[in-house]
Order: sequence, then C-alpha cells, then structure tokens
Amino acid sequence: MGFFIETLIGGLMAGMLYSLVALGFVLIFKASGVFNFAQGAMVLFAALAMARFSAWVPEWLGVDSRLLANGIAFVLSGALMFAVAWLIERLVLRHLVNQDGATLLMATLGIAYVLEGVGSSIFGSDIYKIDVGMPKEPVMILEESIEGGLLINREDFVAALIAALLVSLLWLFFQKTATGRALRAVADDHQAAQSIGIPLNRIWVIVWCVAGLVALVAGIIWGSKLGVQFSLATVALRALPVVILGGLTSIPGAIIGGLIIGVGEKLSEVYLGPFIGGGIEIWFAYQLALVFLLFRPQGLFGEKIIDRV
Amino acid sequence: MSREFGELILDLQNVSLAFGGVKALTDISFDVREHEIRAIIGPNGAGKSSMLNVINGVYRPQQGEIILRGQHFTRMNPYKAACAGISRTFQNIALFKGMSVIDNLMTGRNLKIRSNLLQQAFWWGPARREELAHRARVEEVIDFLEIQHIRKTPVGRLPYGLQKRVDLGRALAMEPSILLLDEPMAGMNVEEKQDMCRFILDVNDQFGTTIVLIEHDMGVVMDISDRVVVLDYGRKIGDGVPDAVRTNPEVISAYLGASH
Repeated sequence: MGFFIETLIGGLMAGMLYSLVALGFVLIFKASGVFNFAQGAMVLFAALAMARFSAWVPEWLGVDSRLLANGIAFVLSGALMFAVAWLIERLVLRHLVNQDGATLLMATLGIAYVLEGVGSSIFGSDIYKIDVGMPKEPVMILEESIEGGLLINREDFVAALIAALLVSLLWLFFQKTATGRALRAVADDHQAAQSIGIPLNRIWVIVWCVAGLVALVAGIIWGSKLGVQFSLATVALRALPVVILGGLTSIPGAIIGGLIIGVGEKLSEVYLGPFIGGGIEIWFAYQLALVFLLFRPQGLFGEKIIDRV
Repeated sequence: MSREFGELILDLQNVSLAFGGVKALTDISFDVREHEIRAIIGPNGAGKSSMLNVINGVYRPQQGEIILRGQHFTRMNPYKAACAGISRTFQNIALFKGMSVIDNLMTGRNLKIRSNLLQQAFWWGPARREELAHRARVEEVIDFLEIQHIRKTPVGRLPYGLQKRVDLGRALAMEPSILLLDEPMAGMNVEEKQDMCRFILDVNDQFGTTIVLIEHDMGVVMDISDRVVVLDYGRKIGDGVPDAVRTNPEVISAYLGASH
C-alpha cells in the first residue's frame, strides 16, 4: 500500500512538471492558434540564461549571497524572455497575420532553431548547473499511519508546489482581470475581438511573455533537476502527449493531462514493467496520446473542431 | 416619419473594392448623418456586408475614402474604427462562446479600461474600482436588453435569438457613436424580430446612437430606417427616404427581376 501511494505521489509530482510545459503550448495556441514548436527551445533558452546569469552576476556585481544572485538572475532572465517575446511578435507573427496554421507552425520551427543557435552563441554550449537551493535529499513522512512510511523526493515536491502555484496564479489572471478577459476573447474569436478594440498585437506580446515566463520557471526546475543542456529542449516533446490528452485549448486540460500522464507513466513502469519488460515510462505517454488521437482527437477538454468547407 | 438629422458624421466617397477580379463594390458614395438610422439593402451578393466591412476596416478598399467626423481615412482597420467609436454586430454571430454573457459584455469595455497590467494583476485599488464601474455600466446594458436571467450563462449554450441580443449588447457596451448592425434580424421569428426592432429604435432614441444596418426583411427596413441605400451587384442603384426608394423603378426591377 505504502509503495503504491509512493508511486502515485511520484507520478503526480512529475505530472505537475509536464503540465507546466504543456501550459506554455496551450497559452499560445489558445490566443493565436499557433502550435508553438519553439516552446522547448524557449525552455532551453530560459534555462541557459538563468544558469549563466546566476554565474555571471556574482562576478559582475560582487554579490556574495546566492539567493540575491539567483534573484537578480531570475529578473534578468525574465526580462530577456520578455524581449524575446516582443521580438517574435515584431519580426515574425506580425507579418503572418491571417496565414494558414501550417505556415505559422513552420515559422515557430524556425524560431526554435534561431533560439537554440542564439542561445548557444551567447551562453555557450557546455552543460551548466542551476542551483536555486532545491532540497535534494528525500524525506520519510507518515511513518506512524502507514507501514514503512512514505519516501518523498523533496526536490520534486517543491517543484510540484511551485508549478501548482504558478498554474493557479495564471488561472486567476485569466479569469479575474480585464487583460485576462481580453486574452480569452482573442482566443475565442480574432475578428470579433478586433472589432471591439482589443489590439491583437499587444495581446500576442502578452501571451508570448507569459509563455516565456512559464518556460523560464519550467527551465529552472528541469535545469536544476537534470542540468542545463541541449536535451532540455526535448523536454517539451514529453509535454506533447499531455496537450493531446488534455486538449490544445484547455488550461485545466493541460493540468489534468499532465497529472494523468505523470501517474500513468510511473504506475505502468512499476506494475506492468515486470510483465512486458521495463522502459515503459519512455513510450507510455506517446502510446496513450496515439489512442486519444484515434478516438478523441480534441482531447479530454478541448473544443471539438468543426471546419466548414 | 422624416425627422431632423444632425450633422454629417460618416461620409463614404467613391469606394471601390475588388477581390482579385471580382468587383464587390464599384464607386459607391453615400453619407450617414448623426442620429439617423441608415439602412443598406440589396439582393444577395449585392455587396452589403462588404460595405459594412469597409466602414469597420475589415476590408481595405482599393479606391475611395472614408471621412469620419471630418477626418479622412484611406486605410481603416478594425482597431482604429473601434477607437473612433464604431462598433458592430456580425451576421453569423461572433461572440466569445466559452465566456459568460457578462464577460462578453465586459470585453466591450476593453477600450475604456485605463488601469495597467500590473495594477490588474495585483487587483490594486484603481483597477478594482474601475472594474466595478465598468461592471455597473454593463449591468445597465443587460437591463436595457432584458437579459438579466442569462447573465452568467456561457453564450455558446444560448438559443440563437438571445445570442443575437448578446451580440448587440457587446456592441452597446462600447458606448459607440456609430453602431453597425449586420442583419440583426436574420433567422429570427416574428416575436424576436419585434423585440429587436424595439431595441434598435430605443438605442437610437435614448442614446442618440447613429445606426447603419443591413437587413433582408423589407418590411422591417422600411419601417424603422430614416434613409435607405440600395445596392445591386456592387453598385448603388438607389438612395433616399423609404418611400422614394420603394417607388424607384430600378430598385423594383432589382428585387423583382427585370422581366417584371
């Protein structure tokens, strides 16, 4: 029993991190109908910036405190991501208004390469560490109530907590503020949104900024877990099944999809692994996504797309 | 029922619009005076919706000018039009389907919102007060259109007639000086049409809003509008008060066929 719960919690925590990356996809897709292939590159770019700035800031400013250095690095990286968002709108999206979805998808593919290239030329291409003081050693909890207690990975726990906090803040922002309402309006109907005086360009900058911020947080969490290296860009690929499962247009879908995949991966690895061989964790999510694509292509919570021909 | 009209508010001069080789509008000029209800009528494909889309800046005409309160625009866009006080409804309803009626109407207040992103994010004093003030204005629109009972319903779930009304509500929430209505009564039953007519006349009367509308139902158009423009195949074939338009031989032949 204890082991089952341990696996479950491990899965939920991993799932929360998938949700965070998936959220980046959903935000941009909702607001601009673009499937942003560059989300992974943004995660990598943000993580690189964070890793390098946190190393450079003490040299530049002579700050000793790690907390302060990390704080300044976070602000700098955030500002950099905002600049990236602004540039993407200025140089790419603005010129592609009303273009086909596939055109925009190709454009984001291009953005991904540019970001990776620029990232490695500014920040170098070594493997870097991000040390934001995440607790590394696991703890044992509930030793009295469950036999053998529960072993919890504290790093994952903190990460999941941060992800959950960010997701709820974003949800509040979307539901409760005037700008959030404008964002939802643009997501629903571009033309109508323009006709009531919502400036599309500004909304896009905001959405890409938010997606950049999400990428930054995801980058820091994944980076401090796995180290900052180019394979970080492929973390986004693991969020692909999540958005297929949850639906590309649904924020709750991204969260629940992430949790289902996190839990599914861990449980299948532990309980199915012995029968059909290990390594299930790697392909489980994609398999599940495939099933969804066959039977429910709009995902659990996405809008059913009916195109008029 | 001819009334006194105010000043010239909107003037379209020699507007021509083509999509590739297809001429949607050819050399059309007409004006709209303050406070009047101006109708654009014509058979299917006459270019009525294109005309509205030109005024609202969705389409850019290849030739011609839009003069709005003395200001010349060769290139209008929907955002500029909205800022200049033009709001519109859509023929096949373009509401934000996932959002509630209130939220849809609140988006109409977007241009009037002054608090910045940061203030909103922290739900800061000014942002909060502002939100409440806008909410109060939206409630007035809701009362006006008699849609109190559905204010929290997601619009996607509403029946067609009510969606049309919410669409009008969102346009009204902008407190426009010119309201463009694209077939406000299409697909409605008699009762809904009567309601809609009443709302249009009340808006015109109580708020002094200038209204430009496209409509198919000739009876309705002749009843409520002050002046009518008639389009056929992208050309203007008639312009004047309803009675004059009704007896115009060119209009009659366009509507009933030349063999008549």
